[in-house]
Amino acid sequence: MNAAAPTVAVELRDVRKSFGRTEIIRGANLAVNAGERVAIIGPNGAGKSTLFNLISGRFGPTSGEIRLRGERIDGKAPYEIARRGLARSFQVSNLFTRLSVFENVRCAVLYAMGYRYAFWRFLADLKDANERAEAVIAMIKLDRRRNHLAMNLTYAEQRALEIGITIAGGADVILLDEPTAGMSRSETARFVELIRDVTVGKTLLTVEHDMGVVFGLADKIAVLVYGEVIAFDTPDAVRANARVQEAYLGSVLAQGH
Amino acid sequence: MAATSEHLTRRDWFVWIGFAVVLVVAPLLWRSSFAQTLLSQIGIAIIACLAYNILLGQGGMLSFGHAVYSGLGSFIAIHALNLASKGQLAIPVSLLPLVGGLAGLFFAAVLGYVTTKKSGTTFAMITLGIGELVASMSLMIPEFFGGEGGISGNRVVGRPVLGITFGPQIQIYYLIAVYCFVSTAAMYALTRTPLGRMLNAVRDNPERVEFVGYSTQHVRYLAFMISGFFAGIAGGLGALNFEIVTAEVVGAARSGGYLFFVFLGGAGFFFGPIIGAVLLVIALVLLSELTKAWLLYLGIVFLIMVMYAPGGLASLIMMNLRLAVFGKLNRLWRHYIPLAVAGLIALAGAAAMIEMVYHLQLNEALGPQMGFLGLTLDAKGVAAWTGAALVLALGAGLFEWLRRGFGREWNRIQEEIAAEIARREAAA
Repeated sequence: MNAAAPTVAVELRDVRKSFGRTEIIRGANLAVNAGERVAIIGPNGAGKSTLFNLISGRFGPTSGEIRLRGERIDGKAPYEIARRGLARSFQVSNLFTRLSVFENVRCAVLYAMGYRYAFWRFLADLKDANERAEAVIAMIKLDRRRNHLAMNLTYAEQRALEIGITIAGGADVILLDEPTAGMSRSETARFVELIRDVTVGKTLLTVEHDMGVVFGLADKIAVLVYGEVIAFDTPDAVRANARVQEAYLGSVLAQGH
Repeated sequence: MAATSEHLTRRDWFVWIGFAVVLVVAPLLWRSSFAQTLLSQIGIAIIACLAYNILLGQGGMLSFGHAVYSGLGSFIAIHALNLASKGQLAIPVSLLPLVGGLAGLFFAAVLGYVTTKKSGTTFAMITLGIGELVASMSLMIPEFFGGEGGISGNRVVGRPVLGITFGPQIQIYYLIAVYCFVSTAAMYALTRTPLGRMLNAVRDNPERVEFVGYSTQHVRYLAFMISGFFAGIAGGLGALNFEIVTAEVVGAARSGGYLFFVFLGGAGFFFGPIIGAVLLVIALVLLSELTKAWLLYLGIVFLIMVMYAPGGLASLIMMNLRLAVFGKLNRLWRHYIPLAVAGLIALAGAAAMIEMVYHLQLNEALGPQMGFLGLTLDAKGVAAWTGAALVLALGAGLFEWLRRGFGREWNRIQEEIAAEIARREAAA
C-alpha cells in the first residue's frame, strides 16, 4: 500500500433500509478503499443483495449516507450512479435478451464513451465503441458467440456476458452480485480467473457464497449479519474473529481452506 | 468468427433502389385514377405505420393513441394550407407535410412528456386517455377541428413551379412518394444509431439500461418525439391528398388501425409495417367496398394471427426465407397449396354464413335471396345454412388434418437446419 492515505472509493455511513415495517439494513457502515477487492458474506437474508441495490441506486436508503469517492449518491437514480463510474452485475442474469452478444456489450459502452442519445451518428462508424465492445467480448471469451442472441446462450455464457456488460463501460467501481452462482466447480474456477482479469486496478465488491471464491479473490471480507457489518478485515483476521464465529457459521468459513 | 460489417451491403442497396423504383414505376404501370388514389394512400400509410412501429416494435411501447399526432399534423397542415391560399403564409405546398411533421413533433413533445414517464401498461393507458382527450376536444373546439364537416382546403396555391400545381392526383402521388422514401430511409437510419439501439435495449430490458448509464424515460421520450414527427408528416400528406380533414383522423379507430395493421404486418421487423400499411389501405378501400362485414373479417384475421403467428406476416416471410436459404422451401409447397385450398373452402363456408346474417340484418327489404360467389342463396332457407355449415366443417376438418402433416414436416426441417448449423459451427 502506498504511503499516501488511500482514497475511499465507496463509503456507507449508518445506512438503513426498511421495507414496510421490516428493517433489512440496520445501520451499515463500510469504507472500501480504491483498488480493494472486497467480498461481502453473510447468512441468507442478511441483506447482501439489498446493500448492493442501495449502493447502485435500485432503491434509495431510508436513512444514512452512501458516498462514491466522497460524493453523495444515496437516493440518486441508477443511471446517475452508473455515469459516475459505478457498475454492477445481477444475481439473475439481466441481459438484453433479443440482442446479440456484441450488441449487448456495445449498449453498455455507448454512454460511457460519450455517444449518449445520438441519433445523428451511425453505430457502424463508432470505431472506438465497436473496438471496445470487441475487446470486452474477447476478454470474456465469447468471441465465437459474438452474433448469437443473448437468450440463446448457455447459462455459463450468460453469466460471462453479465460480467461483460458490467465492466464494458470502464467503471472503476464494480459490484458483482453472486457472479458464480449456479456454476459447476470447474466453471467457477475459470470464472474467478476471469473476474480477477477484468477487474485489475479496480475497486471490486462482490457478494459471494462460495468460500473458495471469497478467499481466492478478496483482499478484505465484510461480514453482514442482520443488516449490520459486524466485521470488515483481511480474510485471516475475519476468520479468527470471535464475533463472526459466533454470529455466522464458523464451519462455513472453515470450508475455505 | 469474422466481424459482420454493419455498413449497408450490396444487397441492402439493391433493396433500397428496388423500393425507389417501385415507388416511381407503380403509377405508370397502373394508370387508373383509382390506382393513383390507392397508391397515394399506401404511401401515406407506410410513413404512419413505420412511425408507429418506432414505438411498438423498436421500443416496446404499446400506444393506443398515435392518431393524435398524425391527426393533429393533418389539422395544422390544412390550416397552414388555407393560410397559404389566402396569401397570409408564404410556404410552398411541397413543404406543408413538414409543417404537419413539426406539428406532430410539437404535440409529441408536449403530450409525450407525460406519456413516456411510464412504461408498459401504464404507458398504454395514458396514450388511451390522451387519445380520448384529443378526440373529445375535436367536438369542443369546432374552430380548429371544423366540427362535423371538418376543415377543407385547396392544394392548388399560387403559380405553378416547373409546371407542377399539385392539382392532378399523379403530382400529389409523386410528392407522397418522395416523402415516403425519405421518411422510410430516415426511420431505417434511426435503427442503426446509438439512440435506435438503446431503444431496442429499453424494449428488451429497461432495468439494465438504467445501470449502463441511460435514463429509460429519456430514451422513450426522444423516440416518442421522433415517432410523432413522422406521424405528423403522414398527417400533413393526408391533408394534401384528401384536401379535407375531419375529426376522425385523431380518433380511436384510426389509432387502433395503426396498431392492428402494424401488428399484422409484423412489428418485429423493420419492413413489417410496410406490409401492414399496404394491407391497411387495401382493407379500408377495397374490402370495405366488397362487404359490409369487413370489420368482422379483420377481427377474425387478427385473432388467428395473434394466436398462431404473433410475429405478423413479416415473421412468416422471414421464417420461409430461412428455409429457402437452406434449400428446404420446396418441400413445403406441397403442404402450403393444399392448406391454402382447405383454408379457402373453410373461409367460403364461414363467409356465406356471415354474409347471410348481414343480409338479413341490413337488407331485409330486398327479400331473403342474395348473391354469393355466383350462387343465389336463400338466407332464410335451411338448405343454404346447412350447405354453408357443411362447407365450413369440410374445410376446417381438412385444414386441421393437413396442418398436422405440415407441422411434422416443419419440425423435421427445423431439426435438420439446427443440425446443419451445428455442423457448420463445428467446422468453422
